[in-house]
Amino acid sequence: MGKHALSTRLENGALVAKPKRAGPRRAKLPLNWLGLMPFALFAILFLILPTLKIVFGAFQSPDGAFTLDNIRALNTGSIRSAYWVSIKLSLLTALLGCLIGFAMAAAVVLGGLPKWIRSPLLTFSGVASNFAGVPLAFAFLATIGPVGLITVFLRTKLGIDLRDLGFNLLSFVGLSLTYLFFQIPLMILIITPALDGLKREWKEAATVLGATGFQYWRMVALPILFPSLLGTFALLFANAFGAVATAYALTGPQLNIVPLKLFAQIRGDVLGDPHLGYALAFGMIVITGIANAIYIWLRTRSERWLK
Amino acid sequence: MTRIWSWGALLIGALIFALPLIGMTEFSLKMRRGVYSFDAYAKVLGDPRFQETFGYSVLMALFTILFGVLLIVPTAYWVRLKMPRARPFIEFVTLLPLVIPAIVIVFGYIRLYNTSSWLPLTGTAMGTNILLMFGYATLALPYMYRSVDTGLRTIDVATLTEAAQSLGAGWITILGRVILPNVMVAVLSGAFLTFAIVIGEFTMAALLDRPAFGPYLQQLGANRAYEPAALAVISFGITWACMGLIQLITRFSKHTKAQR
Repeated sequence: MGKHALSTRLENGALVAKPKRAGPRRAKLPLNWLGLMPFALFAILFLILPTLKIVFGAFQSPDGAFTLDNIRALNTGSIRSAYWVSIKLSLLTALLGCLIGFAMAAAVVLGGLPKWIRSPLLTFSGVASNFAGVPLAFAFLATIGPVGLITVFLRTKLGIDLRDLGFNLLSFVGLSLTYLFFQIPLMILIITPALDGLKREWKEAATVLGATGFQYWRMVALPILFPSLLGTFALLFANAFGAVATAYALTGPQLNIVPLKLFAQIRGDVLGDPHLGYALAFGMIVITGIANAIYIWLRTRSERWLK
Repeated sequence: MTRIWSWGALLIGALIFALPLIGMTEFSLKMRRGVYSFDAYAKVLGDPRFQETFGYSVLMALFTILFGVLLIVPTAYWVRLKMPRARPFIEFVTLLPLVIPAIVIVFGYIRLYNTSSWLPLTGTAMGTNILLMFGYATLALPYMYRSVDTGLRTIDVATLTEAAQSLGAGWITILGRVILPNVMVAVLSGAFLTFAIVIGEFTMAALLDRPAFGPYLQQLGANRAYEPAALAVISFGITWACMGLIQLITRFSKHTKAQR
Protein backbone atom coordinates (compact mmCIF):
# COMPACT_ATOMS: atom_id res chain seq x y z
CA MET A 1 0.00 0.00 0.00
CA GLY A 2 2.78 2.42 0.96
CA LYS A 3 4.55 1.48 -2.20
CA HIS A 4 1.56 2.39 -4.33
CA ALA A 5 1.04 5.70 -2.61
CA LEU A 6 4.64 6.59 -3.23
CA SER A 7 4.61 5.59 -6.90
CA THR A 8 1.43 7.55 -7.61
CA ARG A 9 2.92 10.56 -5.96
CA LEU A 10 6.03 10.17 -8.03
CA GLU A 11 4.13 9.70 -11.25
CA ASN A 12 2.07 12.84 -10.66
CA GLY A 13 5.18 14.85 -9.91
CA ALA A 14 7.78 16.13 -12.29
CA LEU A 15 10.35 13.55 -11.27
CA VAL A 16 8.91 10.73 -13.29
CA ALA A 17 8.81 11.95 -16.82
CA LYS A 18 10.16 8.94 -18.63
CA PRO A 19 7.52 6.96 -20.49
CA LYS A 20 10.19 4.45 -21.53
CA ARG A 21 9.54 2.46 -18.36
CA ALA A 22 7.17 -0.10 -19.76
CA GLY A 23 9.85 -1.61 -21.99
CA PRO A 24 12.60 -2.42 -19.51
CA ARG A 25 10.09 -3.44 -16.86
CA ARG A 26 8.78 -6.30 -18.93
CA ALA A 27 12.32 -7.43 -19.63
CA LYS A 28 13.09 -7.22 -15.90
CA LEU A 29 10.61 -9.85 -14.78
CA PRO A 30 12.76 -12.95 -15.30
CA LEU A 31 15.76 -10.99 -14.03
CA ASN A 32 14.23 -11.02 -10.56
CA TRP A 33 15.39 -14.61 -10.25
CA LEU A 34 18.97 -13.44 -10.67
CA GLY A 35 18.80 -11.80 -7.24
CA LEU A 36 18.49 -15.24 -5.69
CA MET A 37 21.39 -16.69 -7.66
CA PRO A 38 24.12 -16.26 -4.99
CA PHE A 39 21.95 -17.93 -2.39
CA ALA A 40 20.88 -20.68 -4.75
CA LEU A 41 24.47 -21.32 -5.76
CA PHE A 42 25.58 -21.52 -2.14
CA ALA A 43 22.71 -23.80 -1.15
CA ILE A 44 23.25 -26.12 -4.09
CA LEU A 45 27.02 -26.38 -3.72
CA PHE A 46 27.31 -26.66 0.04
CA LEU A 47 24.02 -28.12 1.18
CA ILE A 48 22.09 -29.91 -1.52
CA LEU A 49 24.82 -31.49 -3.69
CA PRO A 50 26.75 -32.89 -0.69
CA THR A 51 23.54 -34.42 0.65
CA LEU A 52 22.59 -35.85 -2.73
CA LYS A 53 26.08 -37.31 -3.04
CA ILE A 54 25.44 -39.25 0.18
CA VAL A 55 21.94 -40.29 -0.83
CA PHE A 56 22.97 -41.56 -4.28
CA GLY A 57 26.09 -43.18 -2.87
CA ALA A 58 23.93 -45.18 -0.48
CA PHE A 59 22.20 -46.81 -3.44
CA GLN A 60 25.32 -47.54 -5.48
CA SER A 61 27.69 -50.46 -5.56
CA PRO A 62 31.45 -49.67 -5.72
CA ASP A 63 31.34 -49.92 -9.54
CA GLY A 64 28.48 -47.43 -9.74
CA ALA A 65 25.53 -49.73 -10.39
CA PHE A 66 22.23 -49.39 -8.54
CA THR A 67 21.91 -51.65 -5.52
CA LEU A 68 19.97 -52.03 -2.29
CA ASP A 69 22.71 -54.10 -0.64
CA ASN A 70 24.11 -51.14 1.33
CA ILE A 71 20.74 -50.37 2.84
CA ARG A 72 20.22 -54.03 3.61
CA ALA A 73 23.63 -54.22 5.27
CA LEU A 74 22.48 -51.57 7.77
CA ASN A 75 20.29 -54.20 9.36
CA THR A 76 23.18 -56.41 10.39
CA GLY A 77 25.43 -56.83 13.40
CA SER A 78 27.07 -53.81 14.97
CA ILE A 79 25.36 -51.28 12.67
CA ARG A 80 21.89 -52.40 13.71
CA SER A 81 22.86 -52.29 17.38
CA ALA A 82 24.39 -48.81 16.87
CA TYR A 83 21.12 -47.54 15.43
CA TRP A 84 19.22 -49.20 18.23
CA VAL A 85 21.39 -47.63 20.96
CA SER A 86 21.19 -44.23 19.24
CA ILE A 87 17.42 -44.40 18.98
CA LYS A 88 17.09 -45.45 22.63
CA LEU A 89 19.45 -42.67 23.71
CA SER A 90 17.53 -40.07 21.72
CA LEU A 91 14.13 -41.31 22.90
CA LEU A 92 15.17 -41.41 26.55
CA THR A 93 16.82 -37.96 26.62
CA ALA A 94 13.97 -36.44 24.57
CA LEU A 95 11.38 -37.90 26.95
CA LEU A 96 13.15 -36.85 30.14
CA GLY A 97 14.03 -33.48 28.60
CA CYS A 98 10.37 -32.92 27.75
CA LEU A 99 9.11 -33.95 31.19
CA ILE A 100 11.59 -31.96 33.27
CA GLY A 101 11.56 -28.98 30.91
CA PHE A 102 7.77 -28.94 30.91
CA ALA A 103 7.65 -29.12 34.71
CA MET A 104 10.04 -26.19 35.00
CA ALA A 105 8.32 -24.07 32.35
CA ALA A 106 4.89 -24.81 33.85
CA ALA A 107 6.19 -23.93 37.31
CA VAL A 108 7.35 -20.54 36.10
CA VAL A 109 4.44 -19.68 33.79
CA LEU A 110 1.48 -21.14 35.69
CA GLY A 111 2.78 -22.06 39.14
CA GLY A 112 2.48 -18.65 40.77
CA LEU A 113 6.20 -18.09 41.15
CA PRO A 114 7.52 -14.53 41.34
CA LYS A 115 7.68 -12.86 37.91
CA TRP A 116 11.38 -12.01 38.06
CA ILE A 117 12.35 -15.70 37.77
CA ARG A 118 11.10 -15.99 34.22
CA SER A 119 13.58 -13.79 32.39
CA PRO A 120 16.76 -15.25 33.99
CA LEU A 121 15.45 -18.77 33.38
CA LEU A 122 14.87 -18.09 29.68
CA THR A 123 18.24 -16.38 29.30
CA PHE A 124 19.94 -19.26 31.03
CA SER A 125 18.08 -21.74 28.84
CA GLY A 126 19.33 -19.91 25.76
CA VAL A 127 22.89 -20.23 27.03
CA ALA A 128 22.63 -23.84 28.22
CA SER A 129 20.97 -25.09 25.04
CA ASN A 130 23.95 -23.69 23.13
CA PHE A 131 26.50 -24.98 25.63
CA ALA A 132 26.83 -28.38 24.02
CA GLY A 133 29.77 -30.19 22.54
CA VAL A 134 33.19 -30.76 23.99
CA PRO A 135 33.10 -28.30 26.93
CA LEU A 136 29.85 -29.85 28.18
CA ALA A 137 31.55 -33.22 28.36
CA PHE A 138 34.34 -31.64 30.42
CA ALA A 139 31.84 -30.10 32.81
CA PHE A 140 30.24 -33.48 33.48
CA LEU A 141 33.61 -35.21 33.81
CA ALA A 142 34.57 -32.65 36.45
CA THR A 143 31.27 -33.21 38.27
CA ILE A 144 30.40 -36.89 38.19
CA GLY A 145 33.47 -38.35 36.49
CA PRO A 146 35.74 -40.72 38.44
CA VAL A 147 37.30 -37.86 40.46
CA GLY A 148 34.49 -35.33 39.97
CA LEU A 149 33.00 -33.06 42.60
CA ILE A 150 29.90 -35.13 43.38
CA THR A 151 31.65 -38.49 43.08
CA VAL A 152 34.32 -37.48 45.57
CA PHE A 153 31.79 -35.82 47.88
CA LEU A 154 29.61 -38.93 47.99
CA ARG A 155 32.58 -41.21 48.55
CA THR A 156 34.38 -39.24 51.25
CA LYS A 157 31.48 -37.63 53.10
CA LEU A 158 28.66 -40.16 52.73
CA GLY A 159 30.57 -43.34 52.01
CA ILE A 160 28.69 -44.01 48.76
CA ASP A 161 30.83 -45.23 45.91
CA LEU A 162 29.10 -44.51 42.61
CA ARG A 163 31.23 -47.05 40.81
CA ASP A 164 30.08 -49.80 43.17
CA LEU A 165 26.52 -48.82 42.35
CA GLY A 166 27.30 -49.50 38.70
CA PHE A 167 27.36 -45.87 37.59
CA ASN A 168 29.84 -44.94 34.91
CA LEU A 169 29.78 -41.56 33.21
CA LEU A 170 31.39 -43.03 30.09
CA SER A 171 28.37 -45.18 29.34
CA PHE A 172 24.83 -45.01 28.02
CA VAL A 173 23.43 -43.69 31.32
CA GLY A 174 26.21 -41.15 31.71
CA LEU A 175 25.78 -39.87 28.17
CA SER A 176 22.00 -39.59 28.65
CA LEU A 177 22.53 -37.53 31.79
CA THR A 178 24.93 -35.24 29.92
CA TYR A 179 22.53 -34.75 26.99
CA LEU A 180 19.81 -33.64 29.42
CA PHE A 181 21.88 -30.54 30.08
CA PHE A 182 20.98 -29.16 26.64
CA GLN A 183 17.69 -31.03 26.11
CA ILE A 184 15.88 -29.54 29.13
CA PRO A 185 16.68 -25.88 28.28
CA LEU A 186 15.65 -26.42 24.66
CA MET A 187 12.30 -27.74 25.88
CA ILE A 188 11.88 -24.74 28.18
CA LEU A 189 12.63 -22.31 25.34
CA ILE A 190 10.11 -23.89 22.98
CA ILE A 191 7.29 -24.76 25.38
CA THR A 192 7.15 -21.46 27.31
CA PRO A 193 5.40 -19.56 24.48
CA ALA A 194 2.93 -22.45 24.16
CA LEU A 195 2.14 -22.27 27.87
CA ASP A 196 1.73 -18.50 27.57
CA GLY A 197 -0.89 -19.23 24.92
CA LEU A 198 -3.13 -21.05 27.41
CA LYS A 199 -5.79 -18.44 28.03
CA ARG A 200 -7.00 -17.80 31.54
CA GLU A 201 -10.59 -17.82 30.23
CA TRP A 202 -10.30 -21.51 29.36
CA LYS A 203 -9.34 -22.37 32.92
CA GLU A 204 -12.17 -20.18 34.26
CA ALA A 205 -14.70 -21.67 31.88
CA ALA A 206 -13.67 -25.17 32.91
CA THR A 207 -13.94 -24.27 36.60
CA VAL A 208 -17.36 -22.69 36.14
CA LEU A 209 -18.52 -25.91 34.50
CA GLY A 210 -17.33 -27.79 37.56
CA ALA A 211 -14.05 -29.24 36.35
CA THR A 212 -11.34 -30.08 38.85
CA GLY A 213 -7.78 -28.98 38.18
CA PHE A 214 -6.92 -32.47 37.00
CA GLN A 215 -9.90 -32.56 34.63
CA TYR A 216 -8.93 -29.15 33.23
CA TRP A 217 -5.46 -30.44 32.44
CA ARG A 218 -6.63 -33.76 31.02
CA MET A 219 -9.49 -32.44 28.89
CA VAL A 220 -8.50 -28.88 27.98
CA ALA A 221 -4.89 -27.90 28.50
CA LEU A 222 -3.08 -31.07 27.48
CA PRO A 223 -5.06 -31.63 24.26
CA ILE A 224 -4.26 -28.04 23.25
CA LEU A 225 -0.60 -28.42 24.17
CA PHE A 226 -0.32 -31.89 22.68
CA PRO A 227 0.95 -30.84 19.21
CA SER A 228 3.57 -28.57 20.80
CA LEU A 229 4.65 -31.29 23.23
CA LEU A 230 4.92 -34.02 20.63
CA GLY A 231 6.56 -31.66 18.15
CA THR A 232 9.18 -30.57 20.65
CA PHE A 233 9.75 -34.21 21.53
CA ALA A 234 10.53 -34.89 17.86
CA LEU A 235 12.90 -31.92 17.75
CA LEU A 236 14.74 -33.04 20.90
CA PHE A 237 14.98 -36.53 19.42
CA ALA A 238 16.63 -35.24 16.24
CA ASN A 239 18.84 -32.97 18.32
CA ALA A 240 20.23 -35.90 20.33
CA PHE A 241 20.42 -38.23 17.36
CA GLY A 242 22.76 -36.04 15.32
CA ALA A 243 25.04 -34.92 18.17
CA VAL A 244 28.67 -35.98 17.82
CA ALA A 245 31.01 -33.78 19.84
CA THR A 246 29.69 -34.38 23.36
CA ALA A 247 29.68 -38.15 22.95
CA TYR A 248 33.10 -38.20 21.32
CA ALA A 249 34.71 -36.03 24.00
CA LEU A 250 33.07 -38.03 26.77
CA THR A 251 33.54 -41.61 25.67
CA GLY A 252 35.95 -41.48 22.76
CA PRO A 253 35.09 -43.76 19.88
CA GLN A 254 34.13 -46.65 22.16
CA LEU A 255 30.39 -46.15 22.64
CA ASN A 256 28.53 -47.79 19.77
CA ILE A 257 26.17 -45.05 18.55
CA VAL A 258 25.54 -44.05 14.94
CA PRO A 259 27.19 -40.59 14.89
CA LEU A 260 30.38 -41.96 16.43
CA LYS A 261 30.37 -44.90 14.04
CA LEU A 262 30.02 -42.52 11.11
CA PHE A 263 32.78 -40.33 12.54
CA ALA A 264 35.14 -43.31 12.71
CA GLN A 265 34.07 -44.38 9.22
CA ILE A 266 34.84 -40.97 7.70
CA ARG A 267 38.20 -40.81 9.46
CA GLY A 268 39.41 -44.27 8.65
CA ASP A 269 36.86 -46.36 6.75
CA VAL A 270 36.41 -48.76 9.68
CA LEU A 271 33.56 -50.50 7.90
CA GLY A 272 35.88 -51.30 5.00
CA ASP A 273 33.27 -50.18 2.47
CA PRO A 274 32.80 -46.52 1.54
CA HIS A 275 29.31 -47.17 0.23
CA LEU A 276 28.25 -48.69 3.51
CA GLY A 277 29.40 -45.38 5.03
CA TYR A 278 27.05 -43.54 2.66
CA ALA A 279 24.22 -45.83 3.72
CA LEU A 280 24.99 -45.18 7.40
CA ALA A 281 24.78 -41.42 6.79
CA PHE A 282 21.66 -41.84 4.68
CA GLY A 283 19.99 -43.68 7.57
CA MET A 284 20.77 -40.71 9.82
CA ILE A 285 19.17 -38.29 7.36
CA VAL A 286 16.06 -40.46 7.13
CA ILE A 287 15.62 -40.64 10.92
CA THR A 288 16.30 -36.96 11.69
CA GLY A 289 14.26 -36.07 8.60
CA ILE A 290 11.21 -37.93 9.88
CA ALA A 291 11.59 -36.42 13.35
CA ASN A 292 11.87 -32.89 11.94
CA ALA A 293 8.97 -33.39 9.56
CA ILE A 294 6.81 -34.37 12.56
CA TYR A 295 8.05 -31.30 14.42
CA ILE A 296 7.32 -28.85 11.59
CA TRP A 297 3.93 -30.39 10.84
CA LEU A 298 2.83 -30.32 14.48
CA ARG A 299 4.18 -26.83 15.04
CA THR A 300 2.02 -25.39 12.27
CA ARG A 301 -0.92 -27.23 13.83
CA SER A 302 -0.23 -25.86 17.31
CA GLU A 303 0.34 -22.29 16.15
CA ARG A 304 -3.35 -21.60 15.62
CA TRP A 305 -3.87 -21.75 19.39
CA LEU A 306 -1.11 -19.28 20.05
CA LYS A 307 -2.66 -16.32 18.25
CA MET B 1 -0.03 -26.20 47.20
CA THR B 2 0.70 -25.52 43.52
CA ARG B 3 3.33 -23.07 44.59
CA ILE B 4 5.20 -25.68 46.62
CA TRP B 5 5.22 -28.03 43.62
CA SER B 6 6.40 -25.18 41.41
CA TRP B 7 9.29 -24.30 43.69
CA GLY B 8 10.16 -27.98 43.87
CA ALA B 9 10.25 -28.41 40.09
CA LEU B 10 12.27 -25.24 39.67
CA LEU B 11 14.77 -26.14 42.40
CA ILE B 12 15.35 -29.65 41.06
CA GLY B 13 15.87 -28.22 37.59
CA ALA B 14 18.17 -25.51 38.89
CA LEU B 15 20.18 -28.18 40.69
CA ILE B 16 20.62 -30.21 37.48
CA PHE B 17 21.93 -27.08 35.77
CA ALA B 18 23.99 -25.70 38.61
CA LEU B 19 25.89 -28.81 39.69
CA PRO B 20 27.88 -29.36 36.46
CA LEU B 21 28.72 -25.66 36.35
CA ILE B 22 29.86 -25.67 39.97
CA GLY B 23 31.67 -28.94 39.36
CA MET B 24 33.68 -27.67 36.42
CA THR B 25 34.50 -24.37 38.12
CA GLU B 26 35.65 -26.05 41.31
CA PHE B 27 37.67 -28.63 39.40
CA SER B 28 39.36 -25.97 37.28
CA LEU B 29 40.65 -24.27 40.44
CA LYS B 30 42.12 -27.41 42.00
CA MET B 31 45.32 -27.81 40.01
CA ARG B 32 47.57 -26.84 42.90
CA ARG B 33 47.27 -29.40 45.66
CA GLY B 34 45.34 -28.33 48.74
CA VAL B 35 44.49 -24.74 47.72
CA TYR B 36 42.37 -23.10 45.07
CA SER B 37 44.39 -21.37 42.38
CA PHE B 38 44.17 -20.14 38.82
CA ASP B 39 47.09 -22.34 37.76
CA ALA B 40 45.02 -24.28 35.25
CA TYR B 41 43.88 -21.05 33.60
CA ALA B 42 47.42 -19.66 33.52
CA LYS B 43 48.62 -22.88 31.95
CA VAL B 44 45.86 -22.94 29.36
CA LEU B 45 46.12 -19.28 28.40
CA GLY B 46 49.91 -19.58 28.14
CA ASP B 47 49.73 -22.60 25.85
CA PRO B 48 50.71 -21.50 22.33
CA ARG B 49 48.42 -24.18 20.87
CA PHE B 50 45.51 -22.57 22.71
CA GLN B 51 46.37 -19.17 21.29
CA GLU B 52 46.75 -20.54 17.78
CA THR B 53 43.55 -22.59 17.72
CA PHE B 54 41.49 -19.98 19.50
CA GLY B 55 42.76 -17.30 17.13
CA TYR B 56 41.97 -19.55 14.18
CA SER B 57 38.41 -20.16 15.35
CA VAL B 58 37.78 -16.48 16.10
CA LEU B 59 39.00 -15.62 12.60
CA MET B 60 36.81 -18.35 11.08
CA ALA B 61 33.82 -17.07 13.06
CA LEU B 62 34.40 -13.50 11.80
CA PHE B 63 34.70 -14.63 8.18
CA THR B 64 31.61 -16.82 8.56
CA ILE B 65 29.65 -13.87 9.95
CA LEU B 66 30.88 -11.58 7.16
CA PHE B 67 29.98 -14.10 4.48
CA GLY B 68 26.66 -14.88 6.16
CA VAL B 69 25.66 -11.22 6.29
CA LEU B 70 26.71 -10.58 2.70
CA LEU B 71 24.72 -13.60 1.53
CA ILE B 72 21.65 -13.51 3.76
CA VAL B 73 20.78 -9.82 3.99
CA PRO B 74 20.50 -9.25 0.21
CA THR B 75 18.70 -12.58 -0.26
CA ALA B 76 16.14 -12.03 2.50
CA TYR B 77 15.65 -8.44 1.28
CA TRP B 78 15.19 -9.53 -2.31
CA VAL B 79 12.71 -12.24 -1.32
CA ARG B 80 10.64 -9.73 0.64
CA LEU B 81 10.77 -7.08 -2.06
CA LYS B 82 10.50 -8.95 -5.33
CA MET B 83 10.03 -12.66 -4.84
CA PRO B 84 7.46 -13.31 -2.12
CA ARG B 85 6.47 -16.46 -4.00
CA ALA B 86 9.93 -17.92 -3.46
CA ARG B 87 9.61 -17.52 0.31
CA PRO B 88 8.38 -20.98 1.31
CA PHE B 89 11.08 -22.54 -0.85
CA ILE B 90 13.86 -20.40 0.62
CA GLU B 91 12.63 -21.00 4.16
CA PHE B 92 12.60 -24.72 3.53
CA VAL B 93 16.21 -24.61 2.33
CA THR B 94 17.30 -22.58 5.35
CA LEU B 95 15.76 -25.19 7.66
CA LEU B 96 17.62 -28.07 6.02
CA PRO B 97 20.79 -27.73 8.14
CA LEU B 98 18.64 -28.52 11.17
CA VAL B 99 17.41 -31.69 9.49
CA ILE B 100 20.68 -32.96 8.03
CA PRO B 101 23.23 -33.58 10.80
CA ALA B 102 26.50 -31.63 10.48
CA ILE B 103 28.47 -34.85 10.29
CA VAL B 104 26.53 -35.91 7.20
CA ILE B 105 27.04 -32.53 5.50
CA VAL B 106 30.78 -32.59 6.08
CA PHE B 107 30.90 -36.20 4.89
CA GLY B 108 29.37 -34.98 1.64
CA TYR B 109 31.97 -32.18 1.41
CA ILE B 110 34.83 -34.63 1.82
CA ARG B 111 33.47 -36.85 -0.93
CA LEU B 112 32.47 -34.03 -3.25
CA TYR B 113 35.47 -31.71 -2.97
CA ASN B 114 38.37 -34.13 -2.53
CA THR B 115 41.57 -33.86 -4.50
CA SER B 116 40.31 -35.98 -7.40
CA SER B 117 37.05 -34.06 -7.88
CA TRP B 118 36.06 -31.21 -10.18
CA LEU B 119 36.54 -28.63 -7.41
CA PRO B 120 39.46 -29.92 -5.28
CA LEU B 121 38.95 -27.62 -2.29
CA THR B 122 40.46 -30.06 0.23
CA GLY B 123 43.68 -30.19 -1.78
CA THR B 124 45.13 -27.08 -0.16
CA ALA B 125 45.00 -25.66 3.37
CA MET B 126 43.43 -22.45 2.10
CA GLY B 127 40.85 -24.35 0.10
CA THR B 128 39.94 -26.42 3.16
CA ASN B 129 39.64 -23.25 5.24
CA ILE B 130 37.23 -21.85 2.69
CA LEU B 131 35.27 -25.12 2.64
CA LEU B 132 35.09 -25.08 6.44
CA MET B 133 33.83 -21.49 6.36
CA PHE B 134 31.07 -22.51 3.94
CA GLY B 135 30.28 -25.39 6.27
CA TYR B 136 29.97 -23.04 9.24
CA ALA B 137 27.83 -20.68 7.16
CA THR B 138 25.57 -23.66 6.46
CA LEU B 139 25.29 -24.49 10.17
CA ALA B 140 24.46 -20.85 10.97
CA LEU B 141 22.05 -20.47 8.04
CA PRO B 142 18.79 -21.30 9.91
CA TYR B 143 19.53 -18.85 12.73
CA MET B 144 20.95 -16.08 10.55
CA TYR B 145 18.11 -16.20 8.02
CA ARG B 146 15.39 -16.37 10.66
CA SER B 147 16.93 -13.45 12.52
CA VAL B 148 17.37 -11.19 9.47
CA ASP B 149 13.94 -12.06 8.09
CA THR B 150 12.29 -11.17 11.40
CA GLY B 151 14.19 -7.89 11.36
CA LEU B 152 13.00 -7.10 7.82
CA ARG B 153 9.41 -7.75 8.86
CA THR B 154 9.49 -4.75 11.21
CA ILE B 155 10.43 -2.27 8.48
CA ASP B 156 8.60 -1.24 5.32
CA VAL B 157 11.06 -2.59 2.78
CA ALA B 158 9.16 -1.42 -0.31
CA THR B 159 8.74 2.19 0.82
CA LEU B 160 12.33 2.49 2.00
CA THR B 161 13.56 1.11 -1.31
CA GLU B 162 11.44 3.48 -3.41
CA ALA B 163 12.41 6.43 -1.26
CA ALA B 164 16.08 5.58 -1.68
CA GLN B 165 15.67 4.97 -5.40
CA SER B 166 13.90 8.26 -5.91
CA LEU B 167 16.89 9.93 -4.30
CA GLY B 168 19.09 8.22 -6.84
CA ALA B 169 20.51 5.36 -4.79
CA GLY B 170 21.71 2.17 -6.46
CA TRP B 171 21.20 -1.33 -5.09
CA ILE B 172 24.44 -1.40 -3.14
CA THR B 173 23.70 1.95 -1.52
CA ILE B 174 20.17 0.84 -0.67
CA LEU B 175 21.37 -2.38 0.94
CA GLY B 176 24.38 -0.92 2.68
CA ARG B 177 23.06 2.42 3.86
CA VAL B 178 19.30 1.94 4.16
CA ILE B 179 18.39 -1.71 4.73
CA LEU B 180 21.40 -2.91 6.72
CA PRO B 181 21.31 -0.13 9.37
CA ASN B 182 17.60 -0.78 9.82
CA VAL B 183 18.07 -4.47 10.52
CA MET B 184 21.36 -4.07 12.38
CA VAL B 185 19.97 -5.48 15.63
CA ALA B 186 18.74 -8.61 13.89
CA VAL B 187 22.04 -8.99 12.02
CA LEU B 188 24.02 -8.63 15.26
CA SER B 189 21.80 -11.20 17.01
CA GLY B 190 22.46 -13.65 14.22
CA ALA B 191 26.16 -12.76 14.27
CA PHE B 192 26.59 -13.45 18.00
CA LEU B 193 24.74 -16.74 17.70
CA THR B 194 26.97 -17.67 14.76
CA PHE B 195 30.01 -16.79 16.83
CA ALA B 196 28.83 -19.02 19.69
CA ILE B 197 28.23 -21.90 17.27
CA VAL B 198 31.51 -21.60 15.36
CA ILE B 199 33.90 -21.01 18.26
CA GLY B 200 33.54 -24.45 19.83
CA GLU B 201 32.46 -26.44 16.78
CA PHE B 202 34.12 -29.84 16.73
CA THR B 203 32.76 -32.22 14.08
CA MET B 204 33.41 -30.29 10.88
CA ALA B 205 36.80 -28.95 11.92
CA ALA B 206 37.96 -32.36 13.13
CA LEU B 207 36.88 -34.18 9.98
CA LEU B 208 38.35 -31.52 7.68
CA ASP B 209 41.48 -31.67 9.84
CA ARG B 210 41.76 -27.94 10.53
CA PRO B 211 43.52 -26.59 13.67
CA ALA B 212 40.36 -25.16 15.25
CA PHE B 213 39.47 -24.64 18.90
CA GLY B 214 37.00 -27.56 19.13
CA PRO B 215 39.42 -30.32 18.13
CA TYR B 216 42.08 -28.74 20.38
CA LEU B 217 39.65 -28.94 23.31
CA GLN B 218 38.99 -32.58 22.58
CA GLN B 219 42.70 -33.46 22.36
CA LEU B 220 43.45 -31.65 25.59
CA GLY B 221 40.57 -33.44 27.28
CA ALA B 222 42.04 -36.79 26.32
CA ASN B 223 45.44 -35.96 27.81
CA ARG B 224 45.04 -33.57 30.74
CA ALA B 225 43.03 -33.36 33.95
CA TYR B 226 42.53 -29.77 35.12
CA GLU B 227 43.04 -27.71 31.99
CA PRO B 228 39.90 -29.04 30.26
CA ALA B 229 37.75 -27.85 33.16
CA ALA B 230 39.31 -24.40 32.88
CA LEU B 231 38.59 -24.40 29.15
CA ALA B 232 35.01 -25.47 29.81
CA VAL B 233 34.60 -22.48 32.12
CA ILE B 234 36.06 -20.17 29.47
CA SER B 235 33.77 -21.66 26.77
CA PHE B 236 30.74 -21.27 28.98
CA GLY B 237 31.75 -17.66 29.57
CA ILE B 238 31.97 -17.04 25.81
CA THR B 239 28.56 -18.63 25.17
CA TRP B 240 27.08 -16.60 28.00
CA ALA B 241 28.65 -13.39 26.66
CA CYS B 242 27.22 -14.01 23.18
CA MET B 243 23.71 -14.66 24.51
CA GLY B 244 23.96 -11.71 26.89
CA LEU B 245 24.99 -9.39 24.06
CA ILE B 246 22.01 -10.55 21.99
CA GLN B 247 19.65 -9.69 24.87
CA LEU B 248 21.40 -6.40 25.46
CA ILE B 249 21.17 -5.12 21.89
CA THR B 250 17.58 -6.32 21.57
CA ARG B 251 16.59 -4.46 24.71
CA PHE B 252 18.58 -1.41 23.62
CA SER B 253 16.79 -1.32 20.27
CA LYS B 254 13.36 -1.62 21.89
CA HIS B 255 14.30 1.32 24.04
CA THR B 256 15.23 3.53 21.09
CA LYS B 257 12.08 2.52 19.20
CA ALA B 258 9.86 3.42 22.15
CA GLN B 259 11.33 6.90 22.24
CA ARG B 260 10.14 7.74 18.76
